This record gives sequence, C-alpha cells and structure tokens, in this order.
Amino acid sequence: MTSGQEQIVEQGVARESAQETVVDPIVSTRHVTKRFGTGPEAVVALSDVTFDIAAGDFVSLIGPSGCGKSTLLRTIADLIEPTDGEITVNGTSAHDARLARHYGMVFQQATLFNWRTVRRNVELPLETMGMSKQERGRRSREMLELVELSDFANKRPNQLSGGMQQRVSIARALSFQPSLLLMDEPFGALDEITRERLNLELLRIWEATATTVVFVTHSIPEAVFLSNRIVVMSPRPGRILAEIEVDLPYPRDDDTREQDRYFELVTEVRETLRRAEAG
Amino acid sequence: MRVARNATIVVVVLVALWEGYRAAALALGNTWPGSSVNLPIRVTGSGNAQTFPHLWEIVTALGRPYRGGGETLGSFLASGVAYTLREVAVGFVLGVVFGFLLGVLFCHSRVAEKGLMPYVVASQVIPFIAFAPILVVVFNQIDALPVWSGVAVLSMYLVFFPVTLNTVRGLRSTPATAEELMRSYAVSWWTRLWKLRVPAAVPYLFVGMKIGATAAVVGAIVGEISAPSSAGIGGAIFAFGRVTNNAVQLFATTFVAGLVGITAYLVVVGLERVTMRYYEGPAGQR
Repeated sequence: MTSGQEQIVEQGVARESAQETVVDPIVSTRHVTKRFGTGPEAVVALSDVTFDIAAGDFVSLIGPSGCGKSTLLRTIADLIEPTDGEITVNGTSAHDARLARHYGMVFQQATLFNWRTVRRNVELPLETMGMSKQERGRRSREMLELVELSDFANKRPNQLSGGMQQRVSIARALSFQPSLLLMDEPFGALDEITRERLNLELLRIWEATATTVVFVTHSIPEAVFLSNRIVVMSPRPGRILAEIEVDLPYPRDDDTREQDRYFELVTEVRETLRRAEAG
Repeated sequence: MRVARNATIVVVVLVALWEGYRAAALALGNTWPGSSVNLPIRVTGSGNAQTFPHLWEIVTALGRPYRGGGETLGSFLASGVAYTLREVAVGFVLGVVFGFLLGVLFCHSRVAEKGLMPYVVASQVIPFIAFAPILVVVFNQIDALPVWSGVAVLSMYLVFFPVTLNTVRGLRSTPATAEELMRSYAVSWWTRLWKLRVPAAVPYLFVGMKIGATAAVVGAIVGEISAPSSAGIGGAIFAFGRVTNNAVQLFATTFVAGLVGITAYLVVVGLERVTMRYYEGPAGQR
C-alpha cells in the first residue's frame, strides 16, 4: 500500500469511524448529467449517471462512440465539470482530488514530449510537485523498471514504438503513486497484437501496484479480459445500460481468452450493447 | 553536392540573362527589333555612371579605390557591414525578446490580445519609411544612447511582429491532451507555460526569427538611409545613389547588402539546426 493510500484510509476512518469495516468507494458518481451547449442546440452527453468504484477495482466503461464514456472519465478527473450531480474521489470532491493529485491519467495518444528524454517524461509530474532531483531519479528508474523500459530511459519518445510510448505514458501516470489510474482508450491506436500484449502488461502492473483503474474502451474483448466489472453505456443521451460483473479469476493470461466463460461474457456485453441499439 | 550543383546552375543562368540582355540591348539600340518602342530597361552611359554595367565591373569595383585613391570599396564596405551588423544584432535580439514577451502576454490574456493587437497591426501597416527618420532623430536626441541606437530600434520594430505572431501560434499549438495532462497535475499557469507551451512553441519561434532576421537587415539599412550620420551599408547606398550617382558602386553595395541579409538568415537557420537537434533528439530530423 502506498503512503498516499494509507493517508486516505486514515482520513476515511477519522471521518466515518462508525463504519470502519465498510470500504468507501474510491470513486462515486451521483446523478451526474452533462449538457454541452444550451437551449434546443444542447447535447446531453451524460444523463443521470450513478455508480461506484471500489478501491482496487478494474472497471471498464464501454460503449459506442458518443456514449459519453470519455466525458464521464473527464468529469471524474475534474477536466470537465458536470452540469448536474455529484462526484467524489477518495472521499473528496473531484476538484479537490485533482488538486491533491489523487489520479494519474493516460490518453489514447501517449502525449509524451519529444523535447524530453523518456526518463524526464516520466519525471514530469514529479518536477511539477517540486520533488528533489535524486528522488525523481529513483522514482523514474523504478517506474521504467515496472514497464520494462529501463534500457530506453535516455531515448526520445519518437524513437519508441507506439506500444512502448504508451507504456512510458503509464509509467508517467503512476510515477507519483496515485491511488487511481484513469485511462481513456489507451490502446485504441495500437494494432491488435500489441494491444493484447499491453493488456497483459497492464494487468501485471495493476496487480503489482494495487492501483484502482477506470478504463475507457470500445473493445468488448479488451474490457472482458481486463476488468472485474464492466459498465456498459449507450449514447444519446449517455447513460448506464448495465453493470456486468466479470467473474474470471485473476491472474489472467493468454489462456483466459480461450475459456468458455470468457466467450460467454463477451457475448453478454455484445448483446447488451445490441439491445440498446435496437430499442 | 546536389545543392551546390543547383546553386551553380542558378548563378550561371542569372549571369547569362544579365549579360545576354545587356548585349542584346546594345546591339538593338535599346528598341524592340523593327520598331521604335523602347526596351524595358535602357542600357546607357559608360564608366561609373552606366545603368547596366557588366557583372565583372561590379565585382571588380570592390577591389578598386572607391574615391580618388586610397581605401578600396571592399574595405570601405567591410567597415560599413560591421557597423550595420551591430545595429542588426541589437535590433534582432531586442525584437525577438520583445516579440516573444508580447506573444506570451497575448497567449495569457485574450483581453490583452483583443485590445492591443489592432495597434500592433497598425504599427506594421504604417509605411515604415515614413516615420523612420522621425524615430532616428528622436533617438539621436537621447545622449545616453549611441548614435546607432535609433537604427537598432527601427530594426527591432520590423523583427518583433513576425516573432509575436509565431509565438502566439506556437504557444497555442499544444494538443488538447497535453493541456489536460498539465491540468491533471494541477500546475500553475507559469509551470504550464515553461514545461509545455514554451517548448512546444520553439519550432514556431524559429519561423518568426527567420523572417525577423532578414527584416532586421532591411530595417537597419532603411534606418541608415534616413539617418543623418550616413554610416553603415545604408549610408553607403545613400551616398552612391543620391550623392555621387555611381551606379557601379551602388550595384556593388547592394550586392553586399544582399549578402548581409543572407548571412543573417543563415545564422538563424544554423541556430535552429543546433537547437532542434537537442530539442527533438536524433530521431527528430526533418
């Protein structure tokens, strides 16, 4: 457990000592609605979204383009303010959670800076936190080891493949040990083979760091393979259709993708999405 | 090698056009064949007063004394180039710094941009030559500043505008996810500026600086032509063009002025190469 998480648990205990056996959700949204624009032109991106994410969860948000899954992720990250409703992250408002750097973010584009080496990209958030050079070096070494890119520390991002760039992006997001990792279609721009390898890698990292992951994707197999819970969304307006528990045991590996239960769950998610489209 | 070969071809073609036209005009008596209509440029005169001298006369003029004996034109122009380059360097640096800071201000505040941009644009559409003498005279009144400072300010005046425009564009060129990333770190505006926006603006800044480098030379020469001190390359152009009417020396001086402009441009290109190599790493060659 990271020191950040310990602190949060302590705060939680102090606040709600009566329910110390109950694990507070790390993310909880209540009736979250987001409208873009006003009047008849307004687009409802999210409508009355209510759900919880428990600490240690791997939750996927899945749905077709325009279902508001990325918008939902950004409201949790306090990058977009909801029109209505409430979001708490680690027991505080999403805004305070952002200021306290409770989450790390990974985008579809790796968003690495070519004017920095790989190592210094990983150190970027640590620099903004005013961490000493020595400590930054220690953390970035650790993180690059975690994503198995130690040999590339002094390369520039544009010398790396797309999959490697995305691993650097994950290392950067985890460098300050946030309790929550928000990922917006992180492997969406990669080929299928790289994507499957990175899925395995991500599960390994998730298990090694005990970080909670919220993962936006439009790939059904990816969502089933990674998550312990899938939140299925539908567009216009973006709302939650169903929450599906994925009871495949961890640790998962390539064999998981060949189990009957895996195919059943893929079918279940697919049919849920199809039903929404039909009706 | 290819570049050198192409450059040679261009020079040969230009020389052939120049000398060919000169020979044809003389043979035809400056009129189109079989008519009394004049050619666009009449080749007249002889010696230093001719309108269309041989190219070698222009080049060899640099090695001859430029008045009555003593100092050669080349050595006279060399000291002029040194004088002008100081104005260009000071004007360029001031222009880049001022232009960059203005760009940062505009990026920071839309109000500042909306409020000030019309004046910045107005400053550039007023004919530069019209107020160059005013500026030079005003700066000459300030005893604390050297005589060439007015010309340096004129130079800066032409430099800052392209730098500002490109800086603003560069600072706003950051991808949406990079901005979101910095927002997720909850960093201050300054941190975001220094860690993300300024580095992202560097390639754009060089575009502004390359335009600015040639503009700095133009600004300095025009300023010198308007200045009463008549020093530098601009002073020489004024002297040969208006005072002594020496076409050969005027052509030679203009040629040298062109070289100064190209040099200024190439210095910035070199600086850009070095910076971009550091900035983008070995894979970033474009």
